[in-house]
Amino acid sequence: MKRKYTALRAWVVQRVSAVYMLLFIAFFLVHLTVDPPQHYEGWHTWITGSAMSVATAAFFAALLAHAWVGLRDVLMDYVHVVTVRVALLGLVGAGLAAAGLWVVHILWTRHV
Amino acid sequence: MPRLNKQRPVFFNLAEIQMPVGALTSITHRITGVLLFLGIPLCVYVLDLSLQGPAGYGQAAALLAYLPVKGAVIVLTWALAHHMLAGIRHLLSDIDIGAQLPASRRSAWIANIGGLAVALLAAGALL
Repeated sequence: MKRKYTALRAWVVQRVSAVYMLLFIAFFLVHLTVDPPQHYEGWHTWITGSAMSVATAAFFAALLAHAWVGLRDVLMDYVHVVTVRVALLGLVGAGLAAAGLWVVHILWTRHV
Repeated sequence: MPRLNKQRPVFFNLAEIQMPVGALTSITHRITGVLLFLGIPLCVYVLDLSLQGPAGYGQAAALLAYLPVKGAVIVLTWALAHHMLAGIRHLLSDIDIGAQLPASRRSAWIANIGGLAVALLAAGALL
């Protein structure tokens, strides 16, 4: 199948994910400054609340997509030996997928 | 594809290449991006520990108080601050704000110096 507009799509993914992460990080830092959780209970209640766990999951989804587009650009620019490039892309992709599964596991199992 | 002239001059002496401030911001944006990618496992690991119960929360706090980890956190804070400032600069120039050379130079300086300033604040708070 011929894929169209992939460069445009990468450009859009990079910007949408960037704006979401900016908003999330701003909110996270302001919340930590204004109302810092003093102990485990407060932290756990805050992060595992339904709105916050959805927002956190979306943050990591944006982060992984953003990291993939960014690392792919860097590898395409600097690694010209095709086999090495493909191997590194595979490594980065596997690492990001593993991080994603890890985050899903954390948010899923601590939610209870 | 036309055959390239193999005799073309190549000048890769990095010490002698004049880097305008925008180029420095651009390459630093890439370097900080790769650093932040490498920091993802630390971030997820601390999140995991911190939600494992009061004991895990204590372990996460102890880990973040460990000097080499503090060093890593300061470097990652610099990387995040620079990457965000340079990223905002990018987003603004997409909508034609600061796309002209003088404004673009000024915002490049702001990203480079702002990133370092935030890292200094983080170092002051952590050390």
